[in-house]
Amino acid sequence: MDAQASASELILQVEHLSMKFGGLVAIGDLSFQARRGEITALIGPNGAGKTTVFNCITGFYKPTEGMITLNRRDGSTYLLERLPNHEIPARAKVARTFQNIRLFSGMTLLENLLVAQHNKLMKASGYTLLGLFGFPSYRQASAESIDLARHWLEKADLVDRADDPAGDLPYGAQRRLEIARAMCTGPELLCLDEPAAGLNPKESASLNALLMDIKDNTGTSILLIEHDMSVVMQISDHVVVLEYGRKISDGNPQSVRTDPRVIAAYLGVDDEEVETVLTEVGDEDVIEQLDTGPDSAHGPGNSASMMAGPISDSVEHADEGERVTVSKGASKAAQVDARATSVAGKRVAPAPAKRAPAAKPDAESSTAKAVPKKTAVKAPTAKADSASTQEAAAKPTTGKRGGRK
Amino acid sequence: MAVTVSPERDVVATPIQRAFREALYAGAIALGLFVLFIGLRTDQNINNELILVQRWRLLALVVIAVAVGRFLYVAYAVPALERSRAERPKAPAIAVEPGFVRRNFNKIGVTVLILYPVAMVLLFGFQGSLKWVDNFGIQILIYVMLAWGLNIVIGLAGLLDLGYVAFYAVGAYAYALLGTHFGLSFWILLPAAGAMAAFWGVMLGFPVLRLRGDYLAIVTLAFGEIIRLVLINWREVTNGSAGISGIPKVSFFGLMSFNVSDPNYIAKVLGIAQSGAYYKIFLYYLILALCFLTAFVTIRLRRLPVGRAWEALREDEIACRSLGINTTTTKLTAFATGAMFGGFAGSFFAARQGFVSPESFVFLESAIILAIVVLGGMGSLGGIAVAALVMIGGTEILRELGFLKVIFGPDFTPELYRMLLFGVAMVIVMLWKPRGFVGSREPTAFLKERKAVSGSFTKEGHG
Repeated sequence: MDAQASASELILQVEHLSMKFGGLVAIGDLSFQARRGEITALIGPNGAGKTTVFNCITGFYKPTEGMITLNRRDGSTYLLERLPNHEIPARAKVARTFQNIRLFSGMTLLENLLVAQHNKLMKASGYTLLGLFGFPSYRQASAESIDLARHWLEKADLVDRADDPAGDLPYGAQRRLEIARAMCTGPELLCLDEPAAGLNPKESASLNALLMDIKDNTGTSILLIEHDMSVVMQISDHVVVLEYGRKISDGNPQSVRTDPRVIAAYLGVDDEEVETVLTEVGDEDVIEQLDTGPDSAHGPGNSASMMAGPISDSVEHADEGERVTVSKGASKAAQVDARATSVAGKRVAPAPAKRAPAAKPDAESSTAKAVPKKTAVKAPTAKADSASTQEAAAKPTTGKRGGRK
Repeated sequence: MAVTVSPERDVVATPIQRAFREALYAGAIALGLFVLFIGLRTDQNINNELILVQRWRLLALVVIAVAVGRFLYVAYAVPALERSRAERPKAPAIAVEPGFVRRNFNKIGVTVLILYPVAMVLLFGFQGSLKWVDNFGIQILIYVMLAWGLNIVIGLAGLLDLGYVAFYAVGAYAYALLGTHFGLSFWILLPAAGAMAAFWGVMLGFPVLRLRGDYLAIVTLAFGEIIRLVLINWREVTNGSAGISGIPKVSFFGLMSFNVSDPNYIAKVLGIAQSGAYYKIFLYYLILALCFLTAFVTIRLRRLPVGRAWEALREDEIACRSLGINTTTTKLTAFATGAMFGGFAGSFFAARQGFVSPESFVFLESAIILAIVVLGGMGSLGGIAVAALVMIGGTEILRELGFLKVIFGPDFTPELYRMLLFGVAMVIVMLWKPRGFVGSREPTAFLKERKAVSGSFTKEGHG
């Protein structure tokens, strides 16, 4: 994206990052940038290499090639690929959370947050020596660290359980605690690996609020991996899409959402294949549906989190005047069934779906909306409505208007 | 012995009848099993001929014991257990207020420890108290200190160290060698021995940084053996398996000595009668002070960032790294601190024995110290102290099993069964309290109230 963005605006620059495990290229020549004070989302189908990117940024992996530059607020610059693992949080101020929560489950919430302030307290305790003899400077630092921990416990709405073991918390609270713990390190860049995974809609909403609060009040930039599109689309300022370790799209949420490459990635089929299949099937109505709705057998429908977002999403997108398709069963087979039952001639504009489209007239979209809804009803396997609507809303749907490559 | 009884008979039989029947079965099975094992014994007579010794009386005793045991179990124990099981859900779960002893456990423990030698002297006189102060008091406290030291490595940092005795040996030999060759005082050599052991702790720590779990255990085990073999084979310095003798005694800060020949011998200075007990009592208070030092440092360290980092390392090493904790130095400090206390204990051991040899530092010692830590509850100082009392005091007390001779006849040697009883006791304790005597963990900081963390949440560490 904006190559002209000055270094001070950019907090993170990833340039030509490659990570190979033996012969497997987990990330291939990936470049993207994250701007200060923004929420940058990293999305992509399962196995696209998102977590690998995180592991490279936070030093758990040493990248095979490439450069990861972090610019701190005070003007200092760190090359993250050269820093030892533990110095990335300590010096470059990058904190992270994990996809499968990693809390210190046998320690209380408060202790978890105190461990996060280790380096600060270590200095205050004179690398243990002063603390051992009970110097007042350490006592003061210790009290301050407890205050900071209390602050973040309040933010995460966990202060009532401060003295309970972390392992005793429910799942959603553990997620929030992990974020609070990461924030206690005083990061400038916070990397969240699927923070909304496994959360119910309510928890997901409170997570959004927490992240927006972090962004607005601490100046911490956020880099986010997420499958839950309700989170991604609502809070992120900038979205980077990966597929098979390569960047396929980059931009603001709207532009990414309408990027045909992104849709193809989430569909799990590329255009030519779709075309061939559909030519065989011989109904352009289905072509349209296939184009618009993600396939849950290949797309992120596999992720439970997809089920979690509020249903209202689809409405919202529909209001934006985009063509939202609700149709689509669990598989292509279901779509074929759907086609069979749908009455031919429903289609208003006999779209040369493949070649025509860049700008589909808005007028048409309203009519078009009606069609798929019907098919949705008929689709035999029509999965839980909420899931499918949400999915459709999530990565919608250029329909015909998305430009072909 | 499970005796199967057909169900329709079960319905009619009262527990007593059934118990009687089952006791008969059990007795019969025991008779069948033991008639050759116990009833007959092969032996040699003076002509070197193989003869059979008949032991019918012993066999009868065993069979009767089995039958009576089965009878009591079926008739009384089983119904009682079932009754208590049935009652348990009915009883409301009332949080029982901990009793006086439990609430003031630490204070009582400290008081008892301080008054112990005085009480022993009053009870048994100076000469009679020797055994109780030395064999029990000092011996147990040495293990308490060792276990507290190992607790830092295993209980807090979660690094399974099977070669802890190596640091004990380093401390003991450091004191023995420097004391005999250079005549340095105990008070100089104590920190020196601690520093030496800590140095070796770091030496061990470096190569094992990347190892976890079983692999770490094996390498530390090997390290312990290496130290022992070096002590045996480096004869020019360590005098091999013959060991080093004539290690100087500890003096009372140079003011009073415990050597009868010295002009400032304690009895001469204070004008009291000569006795070996003074030295033992002094040593008792010395090791008690060292134990308190260990406990104080451990408690303080737990509340410092480094102690929290140790525990965090036990819980999740990767999360530690993601929070900017340098896991290398954290592990090394844990090894060094644990080793340092091992070194202190070693130098005290050398001073107390006056003699060290590699035989004192075999793997069994490591295993016993580890067992104390596990039995006491990893991370808990009080639990570990109790475990040391039970394990070391227990094995000592089992020497006093003379009364069993009355039962089993004069050729019965109860000392031989010491380790067996000891093992059985350990198994029972681990079944009864799988996380040790104190399974819960005391948090190091709290906002509102200090609640113990149940053992089911804490992890044992993985490497």
